[in-house]
Amino acid sequence: MNQVESAALPPADLLDLDPTWSRLVVALDHSGRSCTWHLLDSFAQRPGDIARLTLLCVHGNPTWSYLWRRLVRMAPADVRVVAVDQLEMGFSERTGTHRRLASRVADLSGLTERLGITGPVVTVAHDWGGPISLGWALEHLPQLVGIVLLNTAVQQPPGARAPALIRLARSGPLLALNTVRTTAFLRGTTALSGSKMTKQTAKAFRAPYQTPGRRVAIGAFVADIPLESDHPSADTLNLIANGLAKFGQVPMLLLWGPGDPVFSDLYLGDLMMRAPHADVHRYEGARHLVSEDDDRVFPDLLRWVSGLSAGERSNLQPVVALPAEQVHATRLWDGLHEAAEQGPTGTAIVEMSGAGRRVSWRQLADTVDKLAAGLHSSGINPGHRVALLIPPGADLIAVVYACWRIGAGVVIADAGLGVNGMRRAIRGAAPDHVIGISRGLALARTLRIPGLRLSVKGLAAIARIGAPLPPEPAPSATAVIVFTSGATGPAKGVVYQQAQVAGTRDVLRRHYAITPSDAIVAAFAPWAVFGPTLGVASVIPDMDVTKPRTLQAVALAEATAAVDGTLLWASPAALTNVIATAGVLSTTQRQSFKSLRLVLAAGAPVPLQLLEQVKELVPNADVRTPYGMTEVLPVSESTLAEIRAAAGGNGVLVGNPVSGVKIAISALDDQGRPVGPLSTEVEVTGEICVQAAHMRDRYDRLWATNAMAGRDIGWHRTGDIGHLDTSGRLWVEGRLAHLIVTAAGPVTPVGVEQQVQQLPFVRLAAAVGIGPIGNQQVIVIITTCDQTAKGLLDVDRTKLVRAQVMGIHIAAVLVRDELPVDIRHNSKIDRAALSVWADGILAGHR
Amino acid sequence: MRVLVTGASGLLGAATANAIAIRGHEIVVFQRRASGLPFDEVRGDILDGEALTRALFGIDGVVHLAAKVSITGSRSEFESVNVEGTRQLLQSAKAAGVRSFVHVSSPSVAHDGMPIIGAGALPANPQTARGVYAVTKAQAELLALAEDEPDFAVVAIRPHLVWGPGDEQLIGRIIARARVGRLFLIDHGVALIDTTYVDNAASALAAAVERVAEPTVHGRAFVVTNGEPRTVAELLTEITRAAGLPAPKRSVPFGAAYRAGQLAERAWGSRGAEPPLTRFLVEQLATAHWFDQRQTCAALAWAPDVSLATGFERLTKWYQRG
Repeated sequence: MNQVESAALPPADLLDLDPTWSRLVVALDHSGRSCTWHLLDSFAQRPGDIARLTLLCVHGNPTWSYLWRRLVRMAPADVRVVAVDQLEMGFSERTGTHRRLASRVADLSGLTERLGITGPVVTVAHDWGGPISLGWALEHLPQLVGIVLLNTAVQQPPGARAPALIRLARSGPLLALNTVRTTAFLRGTTALSGSKMTKQTAKAFRAPYQTPGRRVAIGAFVADIPLESDHPSADTLNLIANGLAKFGQVPMLLLWGPGDPVFSDLYLGDLMMRAPHADVHRYEGARHLVSEDDDRVFPDLLRWVSGLSAGERSNLQPVVALPAEQVHATRLWDGLHEAAEQGPTGTAIVEMSGAGRRVSWRQLADTVDKLAAGLHSSGINPGHRVALLIPPGADLIAVVYACWRIGAGVVIADAGLGVNGMRRAIRGAAPDHVIGISRGLALARTLRIPGLRLSVKGLAAIARIGAPLPPEPAPSATAVIVFTSGATGPAKGVVYQQAQVAGTRDVLRRHYAITPSDAIVAAFAPWAVFGPTLGVASVIPDMDVTKPRTLQAVALAEATAAVDGTLLWASPAALTNVIATAGVLSTTQRQSFKSLRLVLAAGAPVPLQLLEQVKELVPNADVRTPYGMTEVLPVSESTLAEIRAAAGGNGVLVGNPVSGVKIAISALDDQGRPVGPLSTEVEVTGEICVQAAHMRDRYDRLWATNAMAGRDIGWHRTGDIGHLDTSGRLWVEGRLAHLIVTAAGPVTPVGVEQQVQQLPFVRLAAAVGIGPIGNQQVIVIITTCDQTAKGLLDVDRTKLVRAQVMGIHIAAVLVRDELPVDIRHNSKIDRAALSVWADGILAGHR
Repeated sequence: MRVLVTGASGLLGAATANAIAIRGHEIVVFQRRASGLPFDEVRGDILDGEALTRALFGIDGVVHLAAKVSITGSRSEFESVNVEGTRQLLQSAKAAGVRSFVHVSSPSVAHDGMPIIGAGALPANPQTARGVYAVTKAQAELLALAEDEPDFAVVAIRPHLVWGPGDEQLIGRIIARARVGRLFLIDHGVALIDTTYVDNAASALAAAVERVAEPTVHGRAFVVTNGEPRTVAELLTEITRAAGLPAPKRSVPFGAAYRAGQLAERAWGSRGAEPPLTRFLVEQLATAHWFDQRQTCAALAWAPDVSLATGFERLTKWYQRG
């Protein structure tokens, strides 16, 4: 069946493929024989031009150069893209030879020699093209300027079994049946892409593999995967895998579809371990054919490549240098030790749930040190990542500080992400160990975490190990990976160094004048962790942390009374329910709120009415709403009085920056792109940019997101839209992702929504855009206070809505029973989903 | 400039002739019956080359509105007026030394029945256009644009669903049905569509007469609308209210309406009369079609200046005057 067939040009009608890119090139293969390759060459029509650099693209099995078609199209004029069809594959020659890995590396070298590619090269490869391209790279180090790998592997990661699909495909007689005689493997691979692949695209991927004879190499490729150490290609693969160390100085970019059932995140972890300097971007939701599943892959790749040639360090990170005298003060565990010395029996933590545990400063300091020693001797090392699936409380706090003391980073995926979101988030952060309650460990079971799996119940035993404390970590050690709420796309992991967590602590202490006489009522879970480093007692109210909106007024009162709380941090959703259940409070319980001096309603925009009601409940407290995000908090804040005075403005007033924070606006162009230089000019709407010592280090494994959010060195682009007023106060007008770009220019949603919500029959409003960017129509979606039928709002009330928002055309108003909101805050409206919904309705019949 | 307006007896034709005249140009109108307009007039058939030659004497620019727009009629009638009529006029105009030609077309020339959501003027395509009117208008537009050359600047302007006081085509039909209680919505009238108040279409055509020779204008097609898409339900409510009639409340599903249209076409078609419902009409009333006219505004240095709200006020007054 080893059929011989000459190379050919692809059919002219394949989707997205320009026939003028195709070339047939004869080159000597590893055995010195002339073979004909089919390849795509962006310089095919201008052979005399000299490229600044060449992207040498190598496909895997069973795809072909078609995989790179969009890269060929998108590449700038001075970047040459050469995408080959490997011999026996695609439209290249079928010579009847069974080519092993070593031969294929030599074959590729023969081709590049024939093509005269002598200038700088970035290798780009997918799947089993990875080892081949790396083999080529090892032999061409002098001209190698970069390496890009998409879902590939150089070895079975330690502990991993061969991917089930490959194992299945390789199992003896099934091999030929799967790969050659039928199109099962071929179809399986195109099906490994997400839902996005159209029939036409799938057909194009299969185009060169129409007959069993043309598919022989697909089987041969699978057979050449060295699952056994005595496999003929095992040595070559080892050589290549170990050769990765030689690429220490070569910039590397790993672009990954984490939903790949073949090359899972474990393989990404293996590559990152071999090349710790590599830039990484995981495209949440994408699968094996990552560049088919996510349109951002090639633009990101080209941006990375352009950074290479500009001589920049590819990994654009904001540099936040701390003054030397501050470094000592940044140790996160100092606060609790100082408190333990000054008042050992004083209360550090009170848990209101269950039996109501109370932990003294001495107990906490002791536990943290002993746990740090025990966990370290059990295998948790500096630089490791530890996923914590423990509800807020004394256990969580002790483990967090113990990990910090070791220099390990804690991965905290809060329940607000939902179960699937938590699982996705943790998998993405690739923790080395997990510590959790039994429900948490069950959730982590399928995540293949390689190291310790510790139950909270086992912590006491760990603390008794009695090992020496490890040396103190550097302030640059990773402290925590937390996650964005995912209100605009999948949750992103946000990495903080210890110095940056300490920076947040210092801002809180300074800005709110926190002293040891304060006590925190931590109804907003993340904040409970700051109590010990501030040296301040904290109480965690009895509440279901997965549902902040279930916090009862009685539970909050009892928690406040337990520590004579002075500082309350709560989400708007929790406060809403506190107000709703305040009726049952006894006089004594009401009295307990009098100890509060400051209430911070944080996490999402807070309606004025709610703040007024809260103020009534806590008469002695200053009620404020800090503005910030997972990446930096707090940024600014506004007081109740300011918010009262601000009604009618365009957006939500979030106030003046807190000390140490700089705010600037990057103005929008008429297409809604935030392209303006960072500026503090007033009344200009644009993306809000922030600079602060306490902001995040970076996003985790999201190279392109880091490059975008950090493209102004030292600044964080928030993705929020707003403006500064004449008093230097910041107003938020919505999310960049929710901007409506009409023919008359950009429209920000929040101002429109606030105006519409003034109408008596409107409960909630969302403003979204439908249609192409730059020519969108504004659609308003409301929930009503009465029983208005779902669907189109009647004409008379539609006119009232229009009259409410002068100067902006509203094409239609739709009524829903409720608006979709995020789980964590229960208040961030998913305008993107609403836009898709509205577009579907108003398109009429399709 | 001396401008010939064909088809000036219709609502848009008359408004266009006036709009051009107000800009200080001389007008000659050409149509079969008397227009009643205060302009020089030549009466004749669009296929009558001799009449055309008379009308075109001394003319600098042409605005070609004459077309068969009704819902019914034989294919050959549409072809002869819309395609052959345009061909004849183009030939005569060139022979008469006319320098510019504004061809009035329709967005339906590029509409294949799928929703149009904020798209600009795509190329006319007689193969995919729906219904004989749209097919023949697509052929006519292609003919006209093919004649564009340095001494004979051609532009195609496509106003979408033109309406106004006195309109027999759109408003007249809607009101007639509403009066007998036979106006209903399809799928609750949720589809978003663009319409054009007649004065805006006329001012766009007048602007095109003056701008047709510009490099960003000639040889191209432009969509013209009010730039205020509305749901079908809202439009029908506003129109019926203007005439003092109750708004349509009943809604039928698309599938049922489409089958009814099919039946009506067969039943009425055999009698040669206009069916009360056609599949094309059902599609038009149930499918979004709103447009991108940013290029139109830039190229013609034009913007609609009568809002829908003002348009409906004028329509209401017109009905109140009886």
